[in-house]
Amino acid sequence: MALLDVNHLDVRFALRRGDVQALRDVSFSLERGERLGIVGESGAGKSVAAFSLLNLIAKPGYIAGGSIQFDGRELTQMSDRALRHVRGHRMSMIFQDPMMTLNPVLSIGEQMVECLKAHRRISNREARAIALNKLEQVQIPSPAARLDQYPHELSGGMRQRVIIAIALLLDPDIIIADEPTTALDVTIQAEIMALLLELCEKHNVGLILITHDLGVVSQVTQRMLVMYAGRVIEQGPTREIINDPQHPYTQGLINALPQMATPGSRLNQIPGSMPSLDNLPSGCAFHPRCGFVQRADGSTRRACIDEVPGFVTSGNCRVACHMVAEMLERERIPAEEIR
Amino acid sequence: MSSTVQAPDQAPETAAPLLEIRGLEKHFSLSGDFLEQLKFKRGRLVREQQYVHAINGVDLDIQRGEALCVVGESGCGKSTVARTVMGLLHPSAGEIRYDGQRIDELSHKAMMPYRRRMQMIFQNPYASLNPRMTIQQTLEEPIRLHHPDWSSQRIKEQVAEVMASVGIAADWGARYGHEFSGGQRQRIAIARALVVDPEFIVADEPISALDVSIQAQVLNLLMEAQQQRNLTYLFITHDLAVVEHFGTRVAVMYLGRVCEVAPTATLFARPRHPYTQALMSAIPRLEDDRPQHIRLEGEVPTPVNLPSGCVFHGRCPHANERCRREIPVLIATIDGGQVACHAVEEGRID
Repeated sequence: MALLDVNHLDVRFALRRGDVQALRDVSFSLERGERLGIVGESGAGKSVAAFSLLNLIAKPGYIAGGSIQFDGRELTQMSDRALRHVRGHRMSMIFQDPMMTLNPVLSIGEQMVECLKAHRRISNREARAIALNKLEQVQIPSPAARLDQYPHELSGGMRQRVIIAIALLLDPDIIIADEPTTALDVTIQAEIMALLLELCEKHNVGLILITHDLGVVSQVTQRMLVMYAGRVIEQGPTREIINDPQHPYTQGLINALPQMATPGSRLNQIPGSMPSLDNLPSGCAFHPRCGFVQRADGSTRRACIDEVPGFVTSGNCRVACHMVAEMLERERIPAEEIR
Repeated sequence: MSSTVQAPDQAPETAAPLLEIRGLEKHFSLSGDFLEQLKFKRGRLVREQQYVHAINGVDLDIQRGEALCVVGESGCGKSTVARTVMGLLHPSAGEIRYDGQRIDELSHKAMMPYRRRMQMIFQNPYASLNPRMTIQQTLEEPIRLHHPDWSSQRIKEQVAEVMASVGIAADWGARYGHEFSGGQRQRIAIARALVVDPEFIVADEPISALDVSIQAQVLNLLMEAQQQRNLTYLFITHDLAVVEHFGTRVAVMYLGRVCEVAPTATLFARPRHPYTQALMSAIPRLEDDRPQHIRLEGEVPTPVNLPSGCVFHGRCPHANERCRREIPVLIATIDGGQVACHAVEEGRID
């Protein structure tokens, strides 16, 4: 059984005008030491998916259904006290903005010691020694001096290194990183991603990386999920999805990148924009923007408009698309006729 | 490859550039007013002033019809260049010439005709649209300002024409900015820049606040507008993938200085400056299985106390004594670019 197993997760936000469903039927799993990317545009639900793993969804949000099994235990039913043991200790989180994550009135050392002592019965001296060791692991120059510095004295890249050190403090099994480098410059981003990858590999730590950057996902992760309007629409090995995306949205996302077009030519844009979650289109949520609702012969694929697509397996990937299902079906028939 | 280097003033340039920037500097005082600058040191009263050196001697030409992209990381001064060119900031030193005429010293009134010819698109479409104006009002305002003699009818026709050309539905006019998504707002901001028929557009990170699929829409729109209206762009961005697609020429900035300028294809085929090389290697590409970047020592120094010599020497793997001492100037290369690097000039790296 996988270390983390998420099944049919539904997350809703109770608003005055009624519930808005932020996640629908999200399922995925993570093996020990595996690196998973969650990709999507803003509003796709990728951050909600990550936050719900640690039950960090703030009211009015709540987990409305489904299960999250971590190391054989059900997280959605766990008491707050038991959850606190998991948070930070077994699974830790890295957020987007390093300035918002660190406490501005505590020195780096104090924050790290505080975190260690909340989970372990150890002395200040031992805690400081562990903190120093972790700062060395994230390759911060003069780590001992950093312990007594405050967050505002560090640059953005340095702060994100401190946060990675804090995430590693208690030797977690999984690190959840929500857009960890979006606020940073490209050269710093490259350094931080390389560091995160190196540490995860060295300590066999699992990584759930939430990002909108397909380049980062292909560099760092082994498997990926693509999300659209609160659903997973495609998942599988990263290399396979990047090289041969099946879902029209994934194809559109990759083809829209400037590197996929000849310089100066028109980019392959996806028309329209992501629907709002409280007013989703019928059937497949992507159908108003999809070029495959019409078949090649001009007929309309009614299922796209009427039915929510289920997953079909294509290669090692799972895709939620009526068009792909139809194509797979067509491929299967001739194979049987030959027999 | 020292044979690739020729004298800096021999770059063949036939047509006069639309915009010339010469020796541009912009410093921001950190020290507050006169009384705040007074400090006691060793029993004596001294006046101390500290500056952020945002731009330190930038020379750039922009030719008619081209899209010059300025790239660099945060704090390199690229936005300050854009704002100084537009007259939103006054340069501390240097000259800006537009169509042969110096514009950095013009009075507000004398600047007005140039403001019509030069328009700006900002990064954040959530902040750049007035929340209390309808889209119609937003788009009419610049016309009323620059063409006070136009009739309402003519203004409405002009707005309708621009709205149609950027793909804004006619019924958006009665609505307010907050009713639109980021991509739609950026479309409106582009329309607002285009209503006065400008020839030159400064776009400061116009797509970095948008999602990937929307970025493509807005970039396409900017390229269409360039073809239809024969526009010249100064395009500020940190995204090199966008530059490769959009730019005719690229200027790479580091710590307030231009370290390399080259035609886009040349720069991407063969980056010469060590910083450009590091920057390009840091772009995560789809075909990569692992990060493949060139590792740089340390971080960008603060622009308050600039390093001596080449601003990049502290992080450069090729730095020597001369780099620490002497500021490199832009030198033309045979493939049409310019690079400010002692190591390239001396042929230590190629």
